[in-house]
Amino acid sequence: MYIFKRVLTMILTIWVITTLTFIIMHSIPGDPFASDADVLPEEVLENMRAKFNLDEPLPMQYILYLKNLVQFDLGPSIQSETRDVNTLIADGFPASAILGLQSLVIALVFGLLLGIIAALNHNGILDYAAMAFAIIGISIPSFILAPLLINYFAVKWGMFPVASWGTWQHTILPSVALATAPLAIVARFMRSSMLDVMNQNYIKTADAKGLAITGIVIKHGVRNALIPVISFIGPLAAFLLTGTFVIEKIFAIPGIGKYFVDSIFNRDFPVILGTTIFFSTILIVTLFLVDISYRIVDPRIKLTSRGE
Amino acid sequence: MAEQHKETLFRPVDRSRFQQEKIVRPSMSQWKETTVKIMRNKLAILGLGLLVIITILAIIGPHLVPYSYSDQNLSAKNMAPGAEHWFGTDSLGRDMWARTWYGARISLTIGLAAAIIDLILGLIVGGISGYMAGRGKFGDKVDGFLMRIVEILYGIPYLLVVILLLVVMKPGLWTIIIALSITGWVGMARIVRGQILQLKEQEYVAAAQKLGTPHRKIILRHLFPNMIGIIIVNLTFTIPQAIFAESFLSFIGLGVQAPIASWGTMANDALGVILTGQWWRLFFPGFMISLTMFAFNVFGDGLQDALDPQSKE
Repeated sequence: MYIFKRVLTMILTIWVITTLTFIIMHSIPGDPFASDADVLPEEVLENMRAKFNLDEPLPMQYILYLKNLVQFDLGPSIQSETRDVNTLIADGFPASAILGLQSLVIALVFGLLLGIIAALNHNGILDYAAMAFAIIGISIPSFILAPLLINYFAVKWGMFPVASWGTWQHTILPSVALATAPLAIVARFMRSSMLDVMNQNYIKTADAKGLAITGIVIKHGVRNALIPVISFIGPLAAFLLTGTFVIEKIFAIPGIGKYFVDSIFNRDFPVILGTTIFFSTILIVTLFLVDISYRIVDPRIKLTSRGE
Repeated sequence: MAEQHKETLFRPVDRSRFQQEKIVRPSMSQWKETTVKIMRNKLAILGLGLLVIITILAIIGPHLVPYSYSDQNLSAKNMAPGAEHWFGTDSLGRDMWARTWYGARISLTIGLAAAIIDLILGLIVGGISGYMAGRGKFGDKVDGFLMRIVEILYGIPYLLVVILLLVVMKPGLWTIIIALSITGWVGMARIVRGQILQLKEQEYVAAAQKLGTPHRKIILRHLFPNMIGIIIVNLTFTIPQAIFAESFLSFIGLGVQAPIASWGTMANDALGVILTGQWWRLFFPGFMISLTMFAFNVFGDGLQDALDPQSKE
């Protein structure tokens, strides 16, 4: 019953997002055929508009779109003549998802490790070193880091391919470029949270009982310190999995990141809506998983008054 | 012996002890305590000092050289840093020192304004949402409603909202700040909510509730101070993220317009020339962003130690 209700709410939320996006994208100036308007005769433009239902009044367009949407059909793309929105996403998503998943793992594993080490060495050399790394990691945006990585690791030292997609070697540099900032943020959150937790009475109790320090850190410390990292990583996962415009462009990766930006500049209405719905679905499911994992990490947490 | 024992066992109760029964310390002394603690923390003072210097240079820096941020001098283009141009010049012969400090005004304003708006909205929404979750049917509804708003704001394409804003408003600094804030606060709200969900199950909250402390006071006096570290850490990211988001907006033609400089746009412009050896084009704006970040981080760490009620000596 609870799951059923949650799924219903998710569908409702996606419907609201779709509707608002529909309204906003039609209220900004711009025309998907702006670049064709000078070269093509008026009759051809009329025909093209009709093909994408753009000649219908807006409420009719909206109803027609929703009709297709409930059948999981995201409609044709105006820009791409051969592929519809479903195919665009199906073709590009695997590359984006692999890249996103790898960077997520890199950011989580190394970020957590760095944060824990820094907290346990509070105000020690390792703490300062880890935090200096974190500050540099946050201060260098990916659009600067990526060309630097390519210049050294690919061009000068030839350790990895320069760009493009195919083997796993191709995925390393973009994953690192994408993971650096989240890694640094995870490390900062974990350090701060661990410092808080290691001050708690139950840690002192465990220590006084003579438990092994690794056991205390992992079972009592890390587990209780994870909540801020989980809060941060949820939305991040949705953003990373659905591709990033900058990194995919720099490394020439055939992902879906570019559609989020290009579709808006081209006023490719079906692609705008399709990518938005796709991203929102992943995001809402991730945020739901975040809520569930709160309770797994800390069973005292109550999310609803019925105690689910 | 017995006499002595009696004396040590039974002492008149010091009246000031009753003061200790109060749950919250007087706020005056907390302010004082915070100041004292920060003054003792050398790194925090270094951070604060750096922030003051950067702010002063942002105000007077552009006036220290006889060039303005927009003066082009094609006979002095691509010059390396030296006596003539302290930070070198760019491909249009504009003085990098003047541009760096003029850019500091724009970038720091955007970063700070975005951070403050994020903080206020994030604390309010995240605080209410986290506190109301699990608090009866009504509480669940409030939490659910606020979190659905967060999901919707995450879901609607950000670029679309920015373009809409620019149609409605004039392009300028405040439009950029509003554009950054519309969705910027949702991350903070989610993190605050997560923390509240965990902290409100702690014993001291239960104690405060049993003593009849009003909800507002529990959130403000018990929950927020105990998560101050996470709030400060999140805040220190908001500033560089806003600085870079502005450069992205400028890059796609929606941010500050040339010849106005900002650290983000300067770093962005330098991308094309970094491999040709003009390192100063990227180094100075990049270094300033890192230095500001460093200053905010160490000052934030000091602030965290000083404000956190758990870390009292």
